[in-house]
Amino acid sequence: MAETNFPTATAYPEGAERLSEEQREAMRGEPPFAEAPPTDSRLVRALKEAGITAGLIAVLTVFFFAFKTDIAAGGLALTADPIQWIVWIAIAFVGRFVLSYLVFANDKPTVGGWKKITAATAGWPVGKVIGAILLLVALTLPFLLSTFLPSQNRYLLDLSILILTYVMLGWGLNIVVGLAGLLDLGYVAFYAVGAYSFALLATNFDLGFWVCLPMAGLFAALWGVMLGFPVLRLRGDYLAIVTLAFGEIIRVVLLNWANFTGGPNGILGIPKPTLFGLEFNRGAGSFSDFFGIPYSPIQRFIFLYYIILALALLTNFVTMRMRKLPVGRAWEALREDEIACRSLGINTVNVKLTAFATGAMFGGFAGSFFATRQGFISPESFTFIESAIILAIVVLGGLGSQLGVVIASVVMIGGIELLRNLTGLQAIFGAGFDPTEYRMLIFGLAMVLIMVWKPRGLVSTRSPSAIYKAKKKIGADLVAQGEGH
Amino acid sequence: MLKQNRNWTDNPILSVEHLTMRFGGLVAIDDLSFDVGRGDITALIGPNGAGKTTVFNCVTGFYKPTEGRIALRRDQHATDEALHELTRSGRQYSETDKGSIFLLERMTDFRITEVAGVARTFQNIRLFGGMTVLENLLVAQHNKLMRASGLTIGGLLGLPGYRRAADAAKDTAIEWLRRVDLLDRADDPAADLPYGAQRRLEIVRALCTDPVLLCLDEPAAGLNPRESTELNTLLKYIRDEHGVSVLLIEHDMGVVMEISDHIIVLDYGKKISDGTAAAVRSDPKVIAAYLGVDDEEVDDVERDLNVKTGHDATAGGSL
Repeated sequence: MAETNFPTATAYPEGAERLSEEQREAMRGEPPFAEAPPTDSRLVRALKEAGITAGLIAVLTVFFFAFKTDIAAGGLALTADPIQWIVWIAIAFVGRFVLSYLVFANDKPTVGGWKKITAATAGWPVGKVIGAILLLVALTLPFLLSTFLPSQNRYLLDLSILILTYVMLGWGLNIVVGLAGLLDLGYVAFYAVGAYSFALLATNFDLGFWVCLPMAGLFAALWGVMLGFPVLRLRGDYLAIVTLAFGEIIRVVLLNWANFTGGPNGILGIPKPTLFGLEFNRGAGSFSDFFGIPYSPIQRFIFLYYIILALALLTNFVTMRMRKLPVGRAWEALREDEIACRSLGINTVNVKLTAFATGAMFGGFAGSFFATRQGFISPESFTFIESAIILAIVVLGGLGSQLGVVIASVVMIGGIELLRNLTGLQAIFGAGFDPTEYRMLIFGLAMVLIMVWKPRGLVSTRSPSAIYKAKKKIGADLVAQGEGH
Repeated sequence: MLKQNRNWTDNPILSVEHLTMRFGGLVAIDDLSFDVGRGDITALIGPNGAGKTTVFNCVTGFYKPTEGRIALRRDQHATDEALHELTRSGRQYSETDKGSIFLLERMTDFRITEVAGVARTFQNIRLFGGMTVLENLLVAQHNKLMRASGLTIGGLLGLPGYRRAADAAKDTAIEWLRRVDLLDRADDPAADLPYGAQRRLEIVRALCTDPVLLCLDEPAAGLNPRESTELNTLLKYIRDEHGVSVLLIEHDMGVVMEISDHIIVLDYGKKISDGTAAAVRSDPKVIAAYLGVDDEEVDDVERDLNVKTGHDATAGGSL
């Protein structure tokens, strides 16, 4: 070896190495910059900062709050309203003071207590415990509601059904976006295909819900494959744009193919689901008649609630199971690195198509449930905003996280409804305040805050699908997001 | 010595013939032909931009070559006549009792790994960073497990056949991890491993696809001398114990000279030397390509090279 003229691994430029070693030695122990020691006490500093903030607000808002112009006879009338101006300055002062004194300058970090809690529960399967509690609540919810909140029973049950529909849609989309990493902005298309498949089969061929449900799922899966083919070669933003277009195409076709889909008038008279042939209405041969209990309209809602709960749990079960199967692992591998997948002999075309088909199938199930619940569908229910909400649920919950989707659905769908009823805010903002007008604003603000606080979603860790000795959560920074994010 | 010398001509596993790859006007590989011996460690070396990685991408199907034939003979008794017949038939591969031959230039990348049994690693490591070390090796056994899971249906129902296959796959993975000293990191995300460990993991991940030919693109890049030595041991183990032929691109001559049975030197897309480590090391064309020559020696070397070229053409692999 020694006689060859080739550069060898041992022939490093030693001089440069020694130089950098010396530099490192010299730097050791002293930080390059040191902050000047603070001279003021904490209170004085906080007061100063609050003063500066209040001053800025005073200057910036003087024309917006202190003066007011109104249309008056012969031009504009200028009125001064210093009270409002001073109130806003005071809000800024107090807010900044509280932040500076209690949070920014605090010796102990404010989140210390939280960290202590998370450290203490590090060994526990927190996700599993929360999941089990949520499942228990979900299973007993109709009874809890009729026991504790009988006055709002029907409204809350209806809201729960809506939330569960979105949980199911979120779980379905999670397969495509969260696991396979393919950003799909047109997921509502499969929801629409499922709904219309059921509605058309039921009204034209007089088939029941339970017969149509698997057919609707299959149709939606077929459409998933049809979407899958053209987008196979697309990456990133282009994938997102084509899926977005696909969603719109489906909606526009439903809107314009009037003699088949009913066009903008939609489809009426979609049958309700039955329990082994027992209908949920008054009269002979109904559920209440068969079991000999008095009829109540709430029975149908409870039945619908359990249908969607079962469908959602089926989605969850299949997804969790698939994650541990080769196909699910290939989805995640595809999200991590497509080229590496191909180098390992994985047919990425099949992997993508199965992801689209599986996700679409659950979307189709949810769609036919939606149709049977409403009894009426029209293209208006399948606009882009629905896709956006479902995607927001998945992203907010944390890509690939099943529990995150549940929490995000409750927060998003339940939160919007909750804001509708916040009449208590009228005490603060005056009697003219209408919470329904501001709910989207408040809601958007809340989403921005959550994304600042948890940029990768509420549950951002990934749990491995195979374990050798100990299960370790994988941090979000290591997990790839896939195409189009 | 002579017997070992002739291995790649007598018993080639991979024959690259008249391979040409053009990117627009640029000729990256120009009429390149070489053989890779069965059970050999073959090194593909050359200065930067010589076209080594392009050759790799052609062999593993990531590029479609402009011209040429790349034939992989999975077992020894595949005859030249069978190869001719297959080439004329227009099919991608033939698997008969006379031997199975695969024409890699006709196959897509994942089929080459799945059917022909050629696995590769990448110059810039491509692991599934957010998945654990163990998961990485399970993904590599995808096709085997997919068949065992009855295209997912059997796996969904939890049939015993799939469970057995899954356990076997896990055992294979654990065995390989133990071999490369990564077993205690099995549950850590792959992106968390140090660089040398990621290199080793990528190699064993490729091996989990059960290849007959393993293509490694600069496996020793960024490794320290101790890790390079470990890599040498691992590659020899793969060759000797598993019968996998290895084709590698490498710049670290310590690794190349020590473990290679056969070295092919490329420069500007052409083969300038081909032989054992000892023969290549003393080839003046190789020295000239790597180190260049002084101005006053140019004439001498050129004359020398002309003589050598003629000599090479007649003598072939007798070096």
